[in-house]
Amino acid sequence: MSELQSLMNIFISAAFAQNFVFIRFLALCSFVGMTTSMENAIGMGGAVTFVTVMASILSYVVYQFILVPLHLEYLQTIVFILTIAVFVQLVEIYLKKAVPSLYKAMGIYLPLIATNCMILAVALLNVTENYNLLEATVFSFGASIGYVLALVILAGIRERLKYVQIPSILKGYPIIFFIAAFIAVAFMGLQGIAR
Amino acid sequence: MRNLINIFKNGIIKENPVLIIMLGLCSILAVSTSVVNALGMTLAFSFVLIGSELTISLIRKSIPKTLRVPIFIVVIGSFTTIMSLLLQAFLPDLNKALGIFIPLVVVNCIIIGRVEAFASKRSVIESLFDALGMSLGYGIVIVSIGAIREILGNGTILGYQVFGPNYNPALFFILPPGAFLVIGIEIAIINKILAKPKKVKQEG
Repeated sequence: MSELQSLMNIFISAAFAQNFVFIRFLALCSFVGMTTSMENAIGMGGAVTFVTVMASILSYVVYQFILVPLHLEYLQTIVFILTIAVFVQLVEIYLKKAVPSLYKAMGIYLPLIATNCMILAVALLNVTENYNLLEATVFSFGASIGYVLALVILAGIRERLKYVQIPSILKGYPIIFFIAAFIAVAFMGLQGIAR
Repeated sequence: MRNLINIFKNGIIKENPVLIIMLGLCSILAVSTSVVNALGMTLAFSFVLIGSELTISLIRKSIPKTLRVPIFIVVIGSFTTIMSLLLQAFLPDLNKALGIFIPLVVVNCIIIGRVEAFASKRSVIESLFDALGMSLGYGIVIVSIGAIREILGNGTILGYQVFGPNYNPALFFILPPGAFLVIGIEIAIINKILAKPKKVKQEG
């Protein structure tokens, strides 16, 4: 398989076949919490995409050039989460000073992102799957696209839910999980297209 | 003493971290494919939660307010690393089954939430009871989901056949969509249970 094909495979697999929300069950807190409106979903999706890709590159550099030479691989969890937290904090400070308009749009989502489990999971999976820097970047981008897709689908459905009569016992969270179950069925159908 | 029991009971139903507050869903849904995995995850989660709450509660007076979140993350991360190394050494099979959800305990919102909202303000004993109650609340939910999914999806519980050899398992429940469906049903049931007493009070 050529280089490009293998990259495509990593991307499709991360975004669809092994979708981070519906198949791998990651980032569910924000999936439930941030999909009350389409605007929220897109804002959160954009912020997460940016941070995931950057954090994946950063954690790759930290792992290969600091942890491996020092034989401290077993500290990867704690080092990665600190890297992500520091990075998010720096982005927040930078945006506040330099691009106030973007900070206004993205600012409220940033504190939530440090504890978004998808970002740490992507950093850790890059290590277990032995990806190189390019593969890691493609993988993290694919994962984020899958995440945005999941958020946008659910937000779209939730906006319509306001006009539907739901059995009272299912109002609130239960109906959201039922919907997620059926979207997950659809995503399982995509599993054949990539490894 | 009564106060401590109330703190302990809070985590089980009234402030159940999963079904009521909707935190820590990732590990709950991903790992509950069987009762054994669910019990293992509860063990790992409780270890980190109890350890972090006790540590933070012990040092709460010397934590500067502006630095508290990084300190919380370091404490939780240390306990997660200890737990992950212990599992690798003593329970390698379980470690393999739980996979990435072991290191991900560090970003479990329940732990950082309880540390921030409870342990950083209360005494060590109170924090211990809160951690025990929350762990039990988490355990009940994940084990019950694990049991339902294992019985329906595999026809077994803890590896024992339930329906006899002729049962044709509903694979749906072991696969990802089943997890969403089962937790949806559990939330609906607990909402129904919690909604009843309120109505009676309003009428009376």
